[in-house]
Amino acid sequence: MKRTMIAVLIICSTAVSGYAQKYMTRTGKVTFFSSTPVENIEAFNNEVSGVVDAKSGDVAFIVPIKSFKFEKALMQEHFNENYMESDKYPKADFKGKISNVGDINFAKDGTYNTRLQGKLTIHGVTKDVTLPGSVTVKGNSVTANSKFNVKTADYGIKIPSVAENKIAKQIEVTVNTILNQK
Amino acid sequence: MHIKPIILSSIFLFTASFYANAQVEDTAEGNDDLMAMLESESAKPVREYTTATFKTTRIANGHSIENTAKGVLDFRINHRFGLLHSGVKDFFGLDGATTRIGFDYGITDWLMIGMGRSSFMKEYDGFAKVRLLRQRDGGGMPFSLSYVGAISVQTMDKPAYIPDSVEYYFSNRLAYVNQLLIARKFSNAFSLQLMPTHVHYNLVNFKNEPNDVVALGIGGRVKLSNRISLTAEWYYQIEGTKRFVEGQPNVMTKNPLTIGFDIETGGHVFQLLFSNSTAISERNLVGQTVNDWGDGDIHFGFNISRVFTVVKPKGFENSRNKIW
Repeated sequence: MKRTMIAVLIICSTAVSGYAQKYMTRTGKVTFFSSTPVENIEAFNNEVSGVVDAKSGDVAFIVPIKSFKFEKALMQEHFNENYMESDKYPKADFKGKISNVGDINFAKDGTYNTRLQGKLTIHGVTKDVTLPGSVTVKGNSVTANSKFNVKTADYGIKIPSVAENKIAKQIEVTVNTILNQK
Repeated sequence: MHIKPIILSSIFLFTASFYANAQVEDTAEGNDDLMAMLESESAKPVREYTTATFKTTRIANGHSIENTAKGVLDFRINHRFGLLHSGVKDFFGLDGATTRIGFDYGITDWLMIGMGRSSFMKEYDGFAKVRLLRQRDGGGMPFSLSYVGAISVQTMDKPAYIPDSVEYYFSNRLAYVNQLLIARKFSNAFSLQLMPTHVHYNLVNFKNEPNDVVALGIGGRVKLSNRISLTAEWYYQIEGTKRFVEGQPNVMTKNPLTIGFDIETGGHVFQLLFSNSTAISERNLVGQTVNDWGDGDIHFGFNISRVFTVVKPKGFENSRNKIW
């Protein structure tokens, strides 16, 4: 009796601690890509911070806008100065939840499709979004993947007529980030 | 008797774990905790370099604190027309223009070089601009400091006032410019720059004319919109170091004042300007401006800058930027 009780106790406590796991990164990667017949623009950001709560499915990401790197220096300046106004809105963020977190077994290696629901804030404008994605569990880390489109007009990002044919109305955003157990 | 407390504690633990589960159901709260966690993790003070103090590497006529980025070639065409009040016969100065064509290149993020050829006095000029200090956002360095060193050769024929018996050496054609740029971006809309400047002329026209002009420049920018800004620059020549207007030993050169607009469209920056200087290089601008705003002697001019990324920054080898 005593032993079983102890065993139950141990199982319980490990289950509890196992549930409380958070996965985190400060060097997450986010890429965006704008494609038009005239010009392709791809920019990379390796300074994204993010955290996933394996128990609740809560997810938060912060993307520092000035950390996007462009191939063309002038383009990077225009991106910050004219389009994203990064002095005024230095960060984009996502706050949400993996709605099917129950399907993910964080204790078992594998790839799980996910659906993220939450609020995406870009350029000071917040929208409710549902984002497709996947989580790959491998040992003590998870890789979060997501690819989705953002309409610049939805977030109050103004594109002047001279640049209209060079910047896509929908920007493809790719998240590909390894988060480590915290 | 021993078992009881264990049962009790396990029951307690069970309920506690359920209780914890119930707590986190409230997403918003859980999320705010995560956000707070991220914020505190990335709470190291942001001390990035201030960017875009000016739109381009020149305020209007003279240098701004900006450098061409590493691996970027900047092709610049500068045009200064004749006097605006020359009337319809010369189409308000558009008939007579001086031009400078030049290339600037960013060797590193702190060093740029450039060279150009001006039609005024058939001048070739070369310069290097070095970043010494950089302003930072969020505290730290409050201003930026750069040094510009330039050399200029005028390749006009020997001037008529030099007698045939006197040799006109190559060194007589040279002038040197030393300039410090001290700039601060006060806000997104307003930047200010001071430019203490020294120009040395190897040859001057008159015996009592100084070879060294010392001037203090002040320039600034006010952003009118995200893509248009108003700029102004003025060089004040210290009394006693002013040169004379060529052929007129009693007439001093003027302090150059330039007022302009920066207009950018994609890869180009256009600068439209009004100035009492007809020349473009520092040699002529700072120490040899002869026209006077007070007399209405104003030139219209423009700069066009087109940048090309010559050396790709690292990490773009496999990017999707290429279309063809």
